[in-house]
Amino acid sequence: MFRGFVTSCALFSLVVLVMIAAFLLYRGFEIFSDFGIRFITTSKWDIGNPEDTSTAVLGIGAMLVGSVVTAFIAIVVAVPFAIASALFIEFYAPRLLRTILTSVLDLVAAIPSVIFGIWGYVILLPLVEDWSGTLYKYLNWFPLFDVQTPIFGRSPLLAGLLLSIMILPIVTSVAREVYGQAPRDLIDASYALGGTKWAGIRAVVLPFGKSGLVGGAMLGLGRAMGETVAVYLTLNLVFDINFQILASAGGNVASLIANKFGEATDYELKALMAAGLVLFLVTLLVNFFATVIVNRSRKIV
Amino acid sequence: MTTYEVSTVVPEPRRPWDHSRSTLLRVAVLVTLSGVFGWVLNTVTGLSGFLGWYVGLAFAMPVVAFVGSVRHGWNMASDRVATAVITVAFAAVTIPWVSIFFTVYQKGSKAFHSKYLTDDMRVTPSSDIIQNGGVAHAIIGTLIMVLIASLIAVPLGILAAVYIVEIKGRFAKLVRFLTQAMSGVPSIVAGLFIYATVVVLFGGFSAWAGSLALVILMLPTVARTSEEILKIVPDDLRTASYALGATQSRTTFRVVLPTIASGLVTAAVLGIARVVGETAPLILTASYFVAKSTSLNEPIASLPIYIFSSLGLGDENATTRAWGGSLVLLGVVFILFAIARTLSTRLARK
Repeated sequence: MFRGFVTSCALFSLVVLVMIAAFLLYRGFEIFSDFGIRFITTSKWDIGNPEDTSTAVLGIGAMLVGSVVTAFIAIVVAVPFAIASALFIEFYAPRLLRTILTSVLDLVAAIPSVIFGIWGYVILLPLVEDWSGTLYKYLNWFPLFDVQTPIFGRSPLLAGLLLSIMILPIVTSVAREVYGQAPRDLIDASYALGGTKWAGIRAVVLPFGKSGLVGGAMLGLGRAMGETVAVYLTLNLVFDINFQILASAGGNVASLIANKFGEATDYELKALMAAGLVLFLVTLLVNFFATVIVNRSRKIV
Repeated sequence: MTTYEVSTVVPEPRRPWDHSRSTLLRVAVLVTLSGVFGWVLNTVTGLSGFLGWYVGLAFAMPVVAFVGSVRHGWNMASDRVATAVITVAFAAVTIPWVSIFFTVYQKGSKAFHSKYLTDDMRVTPSSDIIQNGGVAHAIIGTLIMVLIASLIAVPLGILAAVYIVEIKGRFAKLVRFLTQAMSGVPSIVAGLFIYATVVVLFGGFSAWAGSLALVILMLPTVARTSEEILKIVPDDLRTASYALGATQSRTTFRVVLPTIASGLVTAAVLGIARVVGETAPLILTASYFVAKSTSLNEPIASLPIYIFSSLGLGDENATTRAWGGSLVLLGVVFILFAIARTLSTRLARK
């Protein structure tokens, strides 16, 4: 009786996950049957004649690319800094500072995304605009930093940088946890052989924590791809596949949903449900691999 | 007979674990030189402001460290350079944190006036002067939704943890895995799901719908934290209880859970801190309202939506209001964290 009750409560998460997938599929099914694979490959959002759904052309290709581009920028920027922070907290900071920093890290991880969003919009935007101008001036021969019209503003670079600041605490916590489990006796052995602190870190800690770090980075990637409000505030929604990270055009799937939801037609709502399903499945997949990798690196210990 | 001379000279106690004076001097020279270099770059090139100076310092520090130590050999030099790089990178990470806390405080405090926490926006447009209106409706709305969400999510989360740790049932691994998967569900998807079910079926945006969306996001945090805490209960307690003839349910509810009561409160508080600032799901479920309201069947205001919608208007006073709301929200998160920290240290002392 007790067992049955607890088991059914514990399986609530299974029910929720299945229901999310089922309901989004049910509501968005018409879109998948109308557009098929074109829904995720085309990049156009045109509802056409609101009375006649056959004139609509809806596709989230650009948004998927945008999700990947911004999340990728976030990871590329955040991971090196996360490694450095984790090493600093675990091996360089004095003990008192270490306990303080662990708390601060948890606190920063809990800052609501809307506050990151408003900070990014008001403080980071002018800074990144300025840097983008400099990057464009000196590096515009490099395709990534080229733009058609030199207007920078709310670009994938800004959104990516903001996301990197947002995911840094989670990547750092995971990295710190795995680095903390590195075999102490091997590090001490390295000291005993006259090795420096860096020698110990390079020979023992970094190789040991590699897979855990990959898992942590993927957890961050999942977060970055699903982020809505911060990206909504710092990225202009434009339906073009855009790899020019300085141009003020882009978007991701989550911000598309928030953006179009307010005045969506019935048919458009179905498309948003379908987009939500795609986002759900992609983040589930990323998180699945992240969880497997992190759990495996914990098991080795 | 030999006599031993007893030395009465006690050597000066030394503290080899402290940084010696020469180390401190070296670090001071290193930082000063790099700082000067950053300042030179700052004035000569286009790198401007504090950040420009810091970029100069960050690049100079490893170089100075290398030059200063290369005469001691490669190993020493690489160690010094690594230390410089790691420290500089970590300090860079804290710059946005300081900036966020500072900006929210500085800009947010401008929105405060004597009735800011007790008034609502019923008769005040967001662009009105700051002395009118307030955030009371948003605070009440957030409290109501978070309270309902915790009433559902906290018991469910704790029971999921009990299943994994106490019962160790057939699905224990699956449940843990699903909880982790659930923590990765993007918040907008949770909102979309509640929209597709509750909002569509029961006719319109409501505080109920908002709370249910928060349940989905809160549950994994509560379950994970409770699981960690349940694991620290010593097995002796359980076996002692069984030896007295208690059933598993009595052992769990009368012995195990009361032992870690403060830890379970920590789990609940961390779950609340996780969802109190969620914006995206509330856009799709609880929507927006301007007056104090306690009705669960109608749209309701909340702090994140208050910030978000004020910011969207682009007006200066509205933006100040958004910062004011951010300060209140950040204050709430701070307080929740302080509670969680105090409770968990108390548990650790036990």
